[in-house]
Amino acid sequence: MSSFSVTETSARAKWISGTLVILYALITMIPLVWIMLTGFKSPADSISYPPKVVFEPTLEGYVNLFTTRTRQTQEYLEANPPQNWADEIVRQYDMVIVGPSKFGQRFMNSVIIGFGSTFLSIFLGTLAAYAFSRFRIPLADDLLFFILSTRMMPPIAVAIPIFLMFRNLGLSDTHLGMILLYTAVNISLAVWLLKGFIDEIPREYEEAALIDGYTRFQAFYKVVLPQAATGIASTAIFCLIFAWNEYAFAVLLTSATAQTAPPFIPTIIGIGGLDWPAVAAGATIFLLPVMVFTILLRKHLLRGITFGAVRK
Amino acid sequence: MSERTIDTVAAATPEKVARKIRGLSDRAIAWLFVGPTIFLLLAINIFPLIWTIQLSFTNYKANRVGREVKNIGLRNYERILTDSDIWLNMQATAHFLFWTIFFQVLIGFTLAWLINKKFKGNDLWTTVIVLPMMLSPAVVGNFWKFLYQPQIGLFNYIVSFFTGAEPSSFEMLGQVNLAPWSIVIVDTWMWTPFVMLICLAGLRSIPDYIYEAAEIDRASKLRQFFTITIPMVLPFLMLAVLFRGIENFKMFDLVVQLTGGGPGSTTELTSINLKREAFEKWRTGYASAYAIILFVTVFGLASIYVKALNKVKER
Repeated sequence: MSSFSVTETSARAKWISGTLVILYALITMIPLVWIMLTGFKSPADSISYPPKVVFEPTLEGYVNLFTTRTRQTQEYLEANPPQNWADEIVRQYDMVIVGPSKFGQRFMNSVIIGFGSTFLSIFLGTLAAYAFSRFRIPLADDLLFFILSTRMMPPIAVAIPIFLMFRNLGLSDTHLGMILLYTAVNISLAVWLLKGFIDEIPREYEEAALIDGYTRFQAFYKVVLPQAATGIASTAIFCLIFAWNEYAFAVLLTSATAQTAPPFIPTIIGIGGLDWPAVAAGATIFLLPVMVFTILLRKHLLRGITFGAVRK
Repeated sequence: MSERTIDTVAAATPEKVARKIRGLSDRAIAWLFVGPTIFLLLAINIFPLIWTIQLSFTNYKANRVGREVKNIGLRNYERILTDSDIWLNMQATAHFLFWTIFFQVLIGFTLAWLINKKFKGNDLWTTVIVLPMMLSPAVVGNFWKFLYQPQIGLFNYIVSFFTGAEPSSFEMLGQVNLAPWSIVIVDTWMWTPFVMLICLAGLRSIPDYIYEAAEIDRASKLRQFFTITIPMVLPFLMLAVLFRGIENFKMFDLVVQLTGGGPGSTTELTSINLKREAFEKWRTGYASAYAIILFVTVFGLASIYVKALNKVKER
């Protein structure tokens, strides 16, 4: 039916390449699947040898992740029967749940700082990108290069003066401080990506709107913004993923109140060393949203990665 | 006549109302829009950099607030550049950079080339392959530590399953000869997809008619690969290498969680070493000088590289 093309790959070549790629994909998934499985193992199963693929699933890891527990005497345990399923799991070790762990709060910090900094980066980034795209700005190329070059600095190198600055301004270990910091890191990429998206919107649309009596502002948010919506959304995902994953600044600049999940998860300690199922449970809860996001929004995300890199 | 009326009306309109109707001038809007971004970057990127430069000439220690700060000139720089331990860190970083880029380019390009055969479902599998690079490096480093455990880890089990070696006979994170490779493996697992995506963009940018023309000229498939595919993807590939190079020179989170720089200091990359100096030993002035040296190195290498890249693009 279709016309013959010399560049069309043969069915056999397709089959071979497909098999190889799928094989790689499956191998690459092993560590991720393993960590999710480990979250549902008992501590004994998690460290058994040979590694157990088939095991009796338990929510112990998740219970340990979300609660703090103490050991109690036999009399106390007999006097106070377990109140719910979580309690019963903990009773195997003669323990009782005494309260929630810090994980929930750390996770919330990640959410607040992640969304806060994403909103701010997108807000400022869209404005700047629009200006760079539509107006003649003196030294625009130099400014754009300057904006980009700020990403080359190792985080630890900038962390020293930022640590001192935050200490003087009272921003250390605050949500606001982390939001501002992540915004500053993200905004360079945001401006670059968004400028690319806005460049693609024909100027004629706005000019028509201006003739119809819109002001620049109105033309901007009634004409340009809706057109750039998908670009803005995919840029937002990038900013969110960065802020969500960031570790170096978080570990240096936050401790009790504004600490995010990445520095917290590796420190979950159980009885006699690291509690791997709890760590795995924490990692699963933390990583799963990003994986789901990536799969759902793959079209925009994959385009964004190459777009951001290739544009330059 | 009518124009006159307009002029009269315009002149009679108070400035405040006129502004409302006309809106701000384009120029004002431009600065209003760009201003906050520039301000934020100046405050959180450039100002700290200048402060770091200033601190690098002093003996300041951030944990001793009251202490007198003395200007010691270039002493910090002198000490760093003559310190043999720092050269060991540089070597560890170079090893890490070279091998991660080597494997990522090799595997990443191959995968992109295979995916570009456009087999059924290729975009779904591409997404699956991309997953690792979207995840938090610190959390990833932490759970690879679990996979690398000598007695119980899955990695050792799989290696012993295929090679027959005793799973407790080697420790990826504990042995001086294996630890540098343990971080190369994880970084390659995590970031190969990035190189793959950039290569894929490069492959897809090659128009079909070039191959068709080569086919008419009876160029063999192998020849087409080396005279069309490779040269046309090269600028993209070099860009991917630039990004990976910069990122891995800055590498901190993944490796600090995985090995913490150990055993000894075999995997102590420069940024891990820098963190020790700055936030554990609190030698702020010294660490600032160190940071400046690293920054100048990255910036210098990247500039040279970009020049080479532009030459390749021009061809």
